[in-house]
Amino acid sequence: MSPVPKLHLAVALDAAGWHPAAWREPDARPAELFTARYWADLVGEAERGLLDFVTIEDSLGVQSSLPDGFDDRADQVRGRLDAVLVASRIAPLTRHIGLVPTAVVTHTEPFHLSKAIATLDYVSNGRGGLRAQVAPRHVDAAHFGRRELGEISWDDVAHFDRQSAIADLLEETADYVEVVRRLWDSWEDDAEIRDVATGRFVDREKLHYIDFEGRWFSVRGPSITPRPPQGQPLVVTLAHAGLPYRVGARAADVVLVTPGERGDIRPIVDQVRTEQENAGRAGEQVHVFADILVFLDETESAAAERKARLDAVDGAEYTSDTLIFTGTAAGLADQLVAWRDEGLSGFRLRPGAIPHDLEAITRALVPELRARGVFRDEYEATTLRGLLGLPRPANRYAA
Amino acid sequence: MSTDGKPLKQIHLAAHFPGVNNTTVWSDPEAGSHIEFDSFVHLARTAERAKFDLFFLAEGLRLREQNGEIYDLDVVGRPDTFTVLAALAAVTDRIGLAGTINSTFNEPYEVARQFASLDHLSAGRAAWNVVTSWDAFTGENFRRGGFLPQEQRYERAKAFLATAAELFDSWHGGEVVADKENGVFLVDPRAGAFEHRDAHFDIAGRFNVPRSPQGRPVILQAGDSEEGREFAASTADAIFSRHGTLEAGQEFYADVKGRLAKYGRRNEDLVVLPAATFVLGDTDAEAQELADVVRHQQVSGQTAIKFAEQLWNRDLSGYDPDGPLPDVDPVVGENTIAKGRASVRMYRDPLATAKQWRELAAAKNLSLRELIIEVTGRQNFIGSPATVASSINELVQADASDGFILVPHVTPGGLDRFADDVVPLLQERGVFRTEYSGTTLRDHLGIGAPRPLG
Repeated sequence: MSPVPKLHLAVALDAAGWHPAAWREPDARPAELFTARYWADLVGEAERGLLDFVTIEDSLGVQSSLPDGFDDRADQVRGRLDAVLVASRIAPLTRHIGLVPTAVVTHTEPFHLSKAIATLDYVSNGRGGLRAQVAPRHVDAAHFGRRELGEISWDDVAHFDRQSAIADLLEETADYVEVVRRLWDSWEDDAEIRDVATGRFVDREKLHYIDFEGRWFSVRGPSITPRPPQGQPLVVTLAHAGLPYRVGARAADVVLVTPGERGDIRPIVDQVRTEQENAGRAGEQVHVFADILVFLDETESAAAERKARLDAVDGAEYTSDTLIFTGTAAGLADQLVAWRDEGLSGFRLRPGAIPHDLEAITRALVPELRARGVFRDEYEATTLRGLLGLPRPANRYAA
Repeated sequence: MSTDGKPLKQIHLAAHFPGVNNTTVWSDPEAGSHIEFDSFVHLARTAERAKFDLFFLAEGLRLREQNGEIYDLDVVGRPDTFTVLAALAAVTDRIGLAGTINSTFNEPYEVARQFASLDHLSAGRAAWNVVTSWDAFTGENFRRGGFLPQEQRYERAKAFLATAAELFDSWHGGEVVADKENGVFLVDPRAGAFEHRDAHFDIAGRFNVPRSPQGRPVILQAGDSEEGREFAASTADAIFSRHGTLEAGQEFYADVKGRLAKYGRRNEDLVVLPAATFVLGDTDAEAQELADVVRHQQVSGQTAIKFAEQLWNRDLSGYDPDGPLPDVDPVVGENTIAKGRASVRMYRDPLATAKQWRELAAAKNLSLRELIIEVTGRQNFIGSPATVASSINELVQADASDGFILVPHVTPGGLDRFADDVVPLLQERGVFRTEYSGTTLRDHLGIGAPRPLG
């Protein structure tokens, strides 16, 4: 087995790519977005590139160009399939790559999500994870009718650290993930004994009530699903500011951050590490990855022109919550290495357009990284935790 | 044609993944994992190889307890229903994928999304067994809690299903045109708009999954009470029952089919599928012997005591399973001894049932264990493949059912022999498909597109 790579790489899959006009590119397949084959092809491409994992975007409401509410735009992709089910549908068709669907934690049940991701881990033989995401939009809350959320403005999005309603949702996320994780541990690995002599299928001493009681909910347990192959499937969160760093440092194995430039990285990583210590996780390995949205071409100008052309098609300059890189695969490889040296262990790349930028990642960027000696040339582990150099954790309830 | 000139009915068959109860014999040397994906793949592919209509998963959202402890004598543990069905869609092509999803511990928007997604990802093979539950015991696993007064059970389930149907129908089909040239992704920018307000659900907005291949998933139900039957007659595409014998089956069949007309539905719009267990042997005599062995595996002395406790509603651990029935009477009232078990509700009059059991035990000179073996779950079909094929066909042609949901007692290979030896005999008689004629589960069941909401 080759050693754990010096730089980890994930790709964020969303529809025909992250640019709202990407679906109109000649090589895009927008009519197939709601088919299994489309997602199988994308994840297969990522696996051929030996990437660590894919994430799959999701939401409990229709996409919108507004921070909240419906924009009634018919010229952009609208509609999604449930990301956990997409990941599960793809699992038997792949063998190595990690599968990390986005799951909304605001309106859903931690008991259901815990067993869903445990099951994803079973059907993928240890390659499952989840990206926990809040749903602050009041229109999404109205789909459930169980809690009132105020309308989110652009200003809230820019400064959501200070906004108390969203702050509550973020705090709730940490509790939610705690419940999900306790449920994964609620069966010890050897709880199933099948002891014919005594007639017992399980050793009930090895099944545990989790008895979580928090500000928002209480959950008794144990799970109905035995402990998954990885013990603890991978938990990923995206964080742009102090409070989300704290949530990520408390709950996640991989914290995705959004530095705008190289100088941002050390302060961000320092904050995450401080929060990690505060959460009592100093001894654990927590990855910090940067999110970068990419347009990759043979030349820098070609990439910039393609992005500008897509902007023109959409009628607006596309901006993002994270850095947008336009340039060559070699240029991006240099930047990733330089950024890694500031304290990151990997990156999640958001392809601007699919398949173009996905294939540029797997077929051009990956060879460039390999040439720099920082990326694997074969899968070195059979589980997602293994690919990320994370041990299979001991069960918190085991004596 | 049959001898009396009536056209032969085509049989429908479903495969039930062995359940979390004593019917499943985990102690058999052939018994495999109940959680590893390979077991699910094996059974689903076996059923598909045999051209079954659908593969079925049950669900229970809290580990069962008895006498205040987690029940450890049966198989314990199961996967998440949606997730495992989505994965099975990758390793099968035609067979329907049916899951049990509770209408108490879920919300319509999320469940509708999951079923619409499963239907897309399986190219039109999703089915939903709608169940209701109301116990605070299970509710302890959920942020919303769970207690629902009994009289609101079906009301909530009906409202849930009606709301989900509105969500499925909020996309009519054809909205996604993805016209790159003209920049039109959706022909209707308000696709998915919905608003539903009733006593249970007050929701509005946009459903975000475009219409799936089947429009709506196939709806399955298992209600046996008066209101359960009525609910099924008004809304279900198929109904499971416990009535697998000729007389009880015919009575149930006539009853539920007879309720269809007032909802403007035809006889063939509701497929009646009793649950059935089976034991096959080379000869009928061998199968009988084997069936007796299986029944003793299913009901150990310990299991017999636990079963008796569920009726008696009290601790009977001091009794000998090989001795007589308890001499004390059952504790009448709320069942406090067994939790997370639907079956305890069947004992509506525990004193009368206990009396019946005592009389039966006395008449046949049965020990407690032998009595439990006698009164619980004798196999429906026991015999050689030819005998079992004949029995199934006769019951279907006699309108005791439209087919069966078969529950093997061993995971995952318990259906192998049925697929290899019984199905070809049904095919020879021209009463079971030799190839799938359509691609969706609606095609297999012959039930057509969902009816518009009225």
